[in-house]
Amino acid sequence: MDLQAYQTEGFHDELFDETLRPRPGAELLVRRLAEASDGELAERQRAADKTLLTMGITFNVYGHEAGTEKIWPFDIVPRVIEANEWSTIERGLTQRIRALNLFIDDVYNKRQIVADGVVPDWLVGSGKCFRGPCAGLKPPRGVWCHITGTDLVRGGDGVMYVLEDNLRTPSGVSYVLENREVMKRTFPQLFAGQRISPVEDYPEKLLAMLQYIAPPQSRDPTVVVLTPGIYNSAYFEHSFLARQMGVELVQGSDLVVQGDVVQMRTTRGLKRVDVIYRRIDDDFLDPLAFREDSLVGVPGLMRAYRAGNVALVNAPGTGIADDKAVYAYVPKIIRYYLGEDAIIPNVPTFVCGEPVECDHVLAKLEELVVKPANESGGYGIVLGPRATKAQLDECRARIKANPRNYVAQPMLSLSRVPTVVGDSLEGRHVDLRPFILYGEDIFVLPGGLTRVALVKGSLVVNSAQGGGSKDTWVVREGRW
Amino acid sequence: MLSRVADSIYWMNRQIERAENVARAVETTLDLALEGTISPGRLWNALVCTFGDQADFWERFGLADQSNVISFLAFDTENPNSMASCLQAARENARTVRDMISTPMWEAINKAHLFVRAAATGRAQVHNPREFLDEVKRASQLITGVTDATMSHGEAWHFARMGRLIERADKTSRVVDVEHYFRPAASALAPPAPEAPSNRPAASAALSFEANGDGVVAATEADAVQWSAVLESASALEMYRKEYGAVSRRNVAEFLIFDRAFPRAMHFCLIKAEESLLAVTGGSKGTFTNPAEQRLGRLRSTLDYGDIDEVLAGEGGLHGFVDGFQEKLNRASDAIHDTFFALRPVGNMAEVSA
Repeated sequence: MDLQAYQTEGFHDELFDETLRPRPGAELLVRRLAEASDGELAERQRAADKTLLTMGITFNVYGHEAGTEKIWPFDIVPRVIEANEWSTIERGLTQRIRALNLFIDDVYNKRQIVADGVVPDWLVGSGKCFRGPCAGLKPPRGVWCHITGTDLVRGGDGVMYVLEDNLRTPSGVSYVLENREVMKRTFPQLFAGQRISPVEDYPEKLLAMLQYIAPPQSRDPTVVVLTPGIYNSAYFEHSFLARQMGVELVQGSDLVVQGDVVQMRTTRGLKRVDVIYRRIDDDFLDPLAFREDSLVGVPGLMRAYRAGNVALVNAPGTGIADDKAVYAYVPKIIRYYLGEDAIIPNVPTFVCGEPVECDHVLAKLEELVVKPANESGGYGIVLGPRATKAQLDECRARIKANPRNYVAQPMLSLSRVPTVVGDSLEGRHVDLRPFILYGEDIFVLPGGLTRVALVKGSLVVNSAQGGGSKDTWVVREGRW
Repeated sequence: MLSRVADSIYWMNRQIERAENVARAVETTLDLALEGTISPGRLWNALVCTFGDQADFWERFGLADQSNVISFLAFDTENPNSMASCLQAARENARTVRDMISTPMWEAINKAHLFVRAAATGRAQVHNPREFLDEVKRASQLITGVTDATMSHGEAWHFARMGRLIERADKTSRVVDVEHYFRPAASALAPPAPEAPSNRPAASAALSFEANGDGVVAATEADAVQWSAVLESASALEMYRKEYGAVSRRNVAEFLIFDRAFPRAMHFCLIKAEESLLAVTGGSKGTFTNPAEQRLGRLRSTLDYGDIDEVLAGEGGLHGFVDGFQEKLNRASDAIHDTFFALRPVGNMAEVSA
């Protein structure tokens, strides 16, 4: 096909530079795409869609009829990251997660960072995701955030920024693995001769991490994945990970706490559980410790956890570092705990909890992106340049009513990747969510999930709002 | 394994097996309708009664004709036992145990569901359902085969097989009993609609099932046709012929109830279901340590030591026997539920909430 017709339209493109030359790492991919015959791209895309349908790779959308499953759109043109750039990202993520883990531990114990005046007191005390019952906790092996899915974006300046940290129960890693699988099935030619870092060993690394953090007394630890059930938006992923690791997928009703020990109900009676990879939010984890009306949790779970009889992944309370107001302080947090400068920069962020910054935000609202500090999935975000006056007024009122709960950032010009439209390619905006495991050491899965806004011009990549995904290749130089 | 998971796997397999059996019975009825020995109204009505959902059918559809009955048994999502409902439920169950079953199993179940869903919206199949029925049967057999070939034959597999065979035993017993619903004596079961078959003088050929004094049926041509259809409905005609040759009521009933080697015979199903049950519990045949073993073992032994002439001559005859069998089979299934699946409250929950 003729790639000369492709337009970068002034955006940073991940595969092409401004003169339409392939970027480092993308040369072979671009050559293979150029070799595609007329109609081939559309044909491969159809084959990939069909594969996804029969594989039943779905997610659920909230706000629709319960259990509405959707196929998550997948685009067959991969996103490429050259290996040298990747190694910088890898170091940056490792650094960040190490610092954040120290921060969380400090917040729930001595609060030295507050005493030293690096972050303000109001920031940690008033966070919606601060969990009182976690105060004084020492999680197994000193790790709080075992699994992180940091969101990265590349701006118009070509620089990769951290957009969000996602330290609670980040999802999407199953799509990384399934996307690779679908690519191999439907477009194997693209892989020929390339040195692409594998992603297939993630389940093994995950299991090893889960076993590592088991309470010391359990010699052959029993690991389970705890899901809210089949109507949860990420149920596919929960069952996928349990299956890939060969561990039980349990619901709250399958577990019972007796004598501060967690057990699961099996056809042969009760069986002890040592490690729970829980995909249930803190709030719903244990009705005796958090929300009383939780129907999906396990009564007594926090007591068992405090008694050291079970490990929870991630530890309860990590959401405090997911707060977007805390995010703004992460470069300082890194410097405070590690004595280093942040390797991957933050997007400049105004914290409305600070009066001076709040005034600036209110004055420049129509230029900024306003985000609630404690939402995920893209909910509640107002894009100033694209909002109506009424929306801006409403946004202004909400900030004034509760400044602590808002941050604002400049509107980013997200980078783009060529994406199949009919039988040709058009640029679509993307972000990147690498996945990080923190156990005995820190492991960053090469690549991660590239989410793509499939609607022309859209910047919203969330699966719940019309986004799709792409396979992500970390490509090393040289051919096999 | 988890009780909840065992429950889902057991029911997933019952649902798939149920869809297949309903498909077979519809096919056989289509054949019989072409034979012309029984009035179509009576045939389609008998088919609905066979599966026990006649009250629901009469209320919502009224007239038992081909189009209504096929809509009801194949595509009707309000009928929990329609093929569409069964495969939808099986897929939901498969989704809840996605981590326990193999990918080929999941894909086979998912494909069956997608196929039925597409067919159900098309509806063109009501008038020419052969291809659809074929596909439902093929899907069930594919899922069964893939299960055997790609899932470890451990606890989960045994629960799967138990579910499949208990369902099959029940469905075969219903097919054996179908003559009951052809009889004028069953007219009380028919709807009060004016076109209802009960109000028509039945074709004499259709009445040839009536036993004479000593319980032996007069072998008429129509008799052979109908009992051949019963065998077809259980995919049993060829295997039956190897065993018995000519088709007669006594021999067909004997084959489908008592045969130990034919995989759709009730006896075979119970022998294998019990094997799976004992594989799960570690128990041994002839003794019991829980109600599931007791009830299933007892029912299996009535077939071990029963014979067909006794059944036909007994009180209630064949229908009475089948009725009793279904009742006892239900109780065995309930016992399996209570023994393995029920989420029993745990002793010292009070201590936890203190």
